[in-house]
Amino acid sequence: MKSLFHHIMLTLVALICLVPFLWMLSASFMSPGESARFPPRFFPENWTIEHYQTLFDRLNLSRYFINSVLISSAVTLLSLLVNSMAGYAFAKLRFKGKETLFKSLMAALIIPGQVTMLPVFLMLKEMGFINTYWAILIPGMASIFGIFLIRQYALSIPDSLIEAAKMDGATDFQIYRKIILPLCKPILITLAIFTFMGTWNDFLWPLIVLNDQDMYTLPIALANLMGEHVQDTELMMAGSVMTVLPVIILFILLQKYYIQGIMMGGVKE
Amino acid sequence: MKKILPFVLLAGFLAVSCSKQEPVTELRFWAMGAEGEKVKALIPGFEKENPGVKVNVQMIPWTAAHEKLVTAVASGTEPDLSQLGNTWIPEFVALESLMGLDSLTSRSADAAEDRFFPGVLATNRLDGVLYGIPWYVDTRVMFYRKDVFRKAGYDHPPKTWAELRDLCEKIKKQNPKNFAVYLPANEWAHFITFGLQAGSPILKDQDSRGAFSDPEYKKAFTFLMGFLYDSLAPPRFTDVTNVYQAMEQGYFSIYMSGPWNIPEFKKRLPAHLQDEWMTAPLPGPEGQYPGASLAGGSSLVMFKNSKHPGLTWKLIGYLSRTSVQLEFFNLSGDLPSVKEAWQDSVFLADKYLQAFRSQLDNVKSTPKIPEWEQIAFSRVQTFTEMTVARKLTIDETVYQLDESVNQILEKRRWYLQKTGKVKP
Amino acid sequence: MSRIRTRSRWSSVVIFLGPALGAIGIFFVLPVLAAFIMSFTDFDIYSLGNWEYARFVGLANYSKLLDNPVFWQALKNTFYFVLIGGPLSIAVSLMAAMMLNSPLTRLRSTFRVVYFLPVVTTLVAVAVIWRYIYHPKFGLLNYFLSFFDVSPVDWLGDPVWAMPALILMAVWKNFGYNMIIFIAGLQNIPRDLYESAMIEGASPWQQFRYITLPMLAPTTVFITLMTIIGYFQFFAEPYVMTQGGPLNQTLSIVLYMYQEGFRWWNMGFSAAVAFVLFLIIFLATALQMRLQKESTH
Repeated sequence: MKSLFHHIMLTLVALICLVPFLWMLSASFMSPGESARFPPRFFPENWTIEHYQTLFDRLNLSRYFINSVLISSAVTLLSLLVNSMAGYAFAKLRFKGKETLFKSLMAALIIPGQVTMLPVFLMLKEMGFINTYWAILIPGMASIFGIFLIRQYALSIPDSLIEAAKMDGATDFQIYRKIILPLCKPILITLAIFTFMGTWNDFLWPLIVLNDQDMYTLPIALANLMGEHVQDTELMMAGSVMTVLPVIILFILLQKYYIQGIMMGGVKE
Repeated sequence: MKKILPFVLLAGFLAVSCSKQEPVTELRFWAMGAEGEKVKALIPGFEKENPGVKVNVQMIPWTAAHEKLVTAVASGTEPDLSQLGNTWIPEFVALESLMGLDSLTSRSADAAEDRFFPGVLATNRLDGVLYGIPWYVDTRVMFYRKDVFRKAGYDHPPKTWAELRDLCEKIKKQNPKNFAVYLPANEWAHFITFGLQAGSPILKDQDSRGAFSDPEYKKAFTFLMGFLYDSLAPPRFTDVTNVYQAMEQGYFSIYMSGPWNIPEFKKRLPAHLQDEWMTAPLPGPEGQYPGASLAGGSSLVMFKNSKHPGLTWKLIGYLSRTSVQLEFFNLSGDLPSVKEAWQDSVFLADKYLQAFRSQLDNVKSTPKIPEWEQIAFSRVQTFTEMTVARKLTIDETVYQLDESVNQILEKRRWYLQKTGKVKP
Repeated sequence: MSRIRTRSRWSSVVIFLGPALGAIGIFFVLPVLAAFIMSFTDFDIYSLGNWEYARFVGLANYSKLLDNPVFWQALKNTFYFVLIGGPLSIAVSLMAAMMLNSPLTRLRSTFRVVYFLPVVTTLVAVAVIWRYIYHPKFGLLNYFLSFFDVSPVDWLGDPVWAMPALILMAVWKNFGYNMIIFIAGLQNIPRDLYESAMIEGASPWQQFRYITLPMLAPTTVFITLMTIIGYFQFFAEPYVMTQGGPLNQTLSIVLYMYQEGFRWWNMGFSAAVAFVLFLIIFLATALQMRLQKESTH
C-alpha cells in the first residue's frame, strides 16, 4: 500500500517532467494550425511529417548537428583536463597562498559573466580567434564551478593514500593520473555531462563569435527558425524536437556510466 | 560514342579547373530571420550575371541581431553588406562604420534615388549623407470593420482627427460595453505617429533635447489620451490577448498595424467577416490626408571595411531592380521599396495593399540618433503607461518626459560640442 | 604513519594550476577589471566608435543607478525570484532525491533519467514549449485549470502572473540538477543509521529531521550557496520568454544589465549594475554562510 502510493507520487512527478516533451512531439506531427485549437489536442488529427521535411530542406540540419557534437565534445574534454588538474592542486598540493587564491576564485563566481562579454570578444579578436571554434573552446576551458566541484570531491580522498604513493616514489603527476583521476571518476562524469549540455545549449556566445553560417550550432538554427511575425507553432515544435532529441538520446546512452559514477560515491569515507 | 567520352570528361575537367583558377570573389551578406532565408533564392540570378562572384548569405536570428552586428563592427569583422532596420542606421553611423552612398546613387540606374519613396529614403540620410538603400518598406495603416462603421453612420474611413473622434463616439454609443479603437500604451509607435502628425519634431536642437512639452506633441498626446480616458479605447492593454479575436467580437473596430497583419486577418477572421474588414490610410489633422505614419522597414548598407565595394554596390543595385523587388515580395511578402514595383498588377489588384500605397506617400522618420530606441522603449513607453494608469497627468508626463529624455541626451549634447557639429 | 608536511614543488603547482588560472585570468579576471574601470566612465555607442568620446565620470553611474526606479524594480524582481524560487527549487530537488533514494523505489534509474530530462534540454526549445503551455487561449495549463473552474489566465502577459510562471518553469527545468547532487549526498548516509532509528521507533519525520538533514548538511550548504548565486544571476528564462515584460515585472538585474549594455550600449552604466549585483550577492552569501555556521554550532 505504502509502496503503491510511493510509486503513484513518483509517476506523477515523472509525468510533469514528461508531458511538455510528449506534447511537443505530438504537436510536431500536427498539420499547420492544428495546435491552435481549443480545447488543446493531445494527438494529431491529421498526421504529417511535412514540418520535418521543411526542416531538412530549409536547414542544413546534419551539418549543425555535427558542429554541435564537435564543439561540445571538445570543450568537455579540454575543460575536464584543465579543471581536474586545478581541482587536484587545490585539494592536495601544498603551497603558500592556496587558501587565499581559492577564496578569491570563489568570490569571482558571483560576478555575472555577461559583463565580460564585450572585453572577451575584443580580446579574442586581437588573438585572431573570431570565427573559429577556438573562440568557444578557449574561454570555456576553465570553469570556477568545475574546479570547485572537483576540489570538494578530491578533498575526501584520504591523504594516507597519497602519502603511501609518495613513499613509493610517485611524482605529483603520477598521483594525479593513478590515484586522483580514477577515484574522481564519479564527479568527472557529472561535470562532463554538465559541461557538454551547457555548451550544446549555449546560443548567444556562438552566434556572436561565429560569422560563418556553416559553423552554426543547432540552437542558433532553431532561433533562426523563429520568424518575427509568423508563428508556425507546429514547425517550431519540430525544430525543438530536432534540437532536444540528440541530447536526450546521448544522455540516455550515457546515464549508465553516469549513474554508476554516482553509485561509486562511497569511496569518500 | 565511346570515342567522345574522354573528350567530354577532359572538357568537363578543364571547365572545372578553369573555373577554379579564376579567382572567386566572396561577398558576405548578413540578413535577418525570414528575409535571410528568402533572399537566398534571389542570389543565383546575381551570381549568373557576375561570374566568379559568390554571395555568402548569413542568416542572423532577429533576437540577437543587434548584439551580433555591433560586436562585429566593434571588432572589424563586419560583412560587406547587411540588412539593417531603418532605426538602427544612426547607431552604425555613430560607430563610423557605414559607407556614404551619394556618389554611387547618382550614377546608378537601379538604385537611383528617385526610384524610392522619398519618406523612406529620408530615414537613411543623416546630416546630409545617404547611408542605406531601402530594401523593403513597412508602415502602419488602419485596419477596420466596415460593418461597424456603417452602423455608426460612416460609409468611409475617417479622414481627419475630428472624424476619428466622432466615429469612435458613435461606435461606443452602439454598444457601450465595447470600445472603438485599440491604443495599447505599451506601443510607443501610436503616440509618436500622432505627435509627428501634429507637427512635433519629437526632439529639438539637433535632436539633443526633448520636444514633448512643446504644444505640438502635447496636442497629439492630449488627443490620444482622450480616447483612453473616455473609454473609447481599452485602458488596460493586458485585457486584450488576441487582437483578431477582439476585432471579431467588435471589442474594438480600429487597429493600426502593419502589412504583416494582412495574411493574419485573412487567416484568423471568420468567413462571415472576410468581406467586412478593410485597410485605410491614417487620418490626419485638418487638411492633411493621409496623415503621416512611421517610415519603417529595412535598408541595405555597405560597410567601410568592405574589400569589394564595387561588387557590393552591384548587388544592392540588383536587389533594387523592379523585377527582383517583385520576386522578393512574392517570396517574403515584404513590401517593395521601389515605387515602380507597385504598378505591377499584383498590387493594383489587392484591395488591402492600396491603403499602404497611399500611406507610403506620407511617411515620416523618427529622430535619427543612436539613442532613439532607448528613448522610445524605455522612456516614451514607460511614461505613457503611467499616464494611462493615471499615475501622472498629461502635463506632468510631458514635462517629466522631457526631463528624463534630456538626461539621456546629455552625452549627445557633449558629443555635438566636442565634434564641432553644433549648428548656430 | 607520520604525515609528510612538506610543501609541494612549485613546478607541480605551476603545471597543475597554470592552465586553469591562466584561462580564468585572461578571460575572466582581466575583462572584469576592464569592466570595473568602465563602470566609472560613460562608455557608450559613441565611445565604441571612437575611444575619445568616453569620459571619466567618477561615481555618476552608481548614483544614477540608485536614482533609477527601473533598477529598484529589477532588484525587487530578483529578490522575489531568489526568495520564492530558490527555496522552492531546493525543496523540490530534495523531495525528488529522497523519493528516488527510498528503498521502496523500483525502476529507479528510469525515474532518475526522466527527472533529469528537463535539465539537459535546450532552453530555446523549452521556451517554445512553455510559451505554448502558457498560451492564454490554447495552452495546456489553462485547459487543465478549466476543470477546476479557473478562468483563463494570460500567464506571461499578466503583470501579476508572469513572475510565478517563470519561477514554475525555472523550477521544472532545474530541479533535476540539484536532485542529482542531493542523491549523491544521501547515498553517503550509512543505511544502518536509519535501521537503528527504526528499531528505536523513530517516525519518518523524525528520521528526516534527526538523520537526513544533519547528515546532508554539507551538501545542503553547497546547494544553497550555488542556488543563491545562480538565482541572483537569473537571466536566460526571462531573456527568452518575456524580455523582462510585462511592465518590467520579470526584469531581473542581470537582464537589466544586459539590456543597458547590449541593447542600448550604455556599457559604463551596465558595468556599474554588474558590480552592484556583485556586492549584493557577496553580502547574501556571506550572510548565508554566517547563518549556517551559527546553526551548526
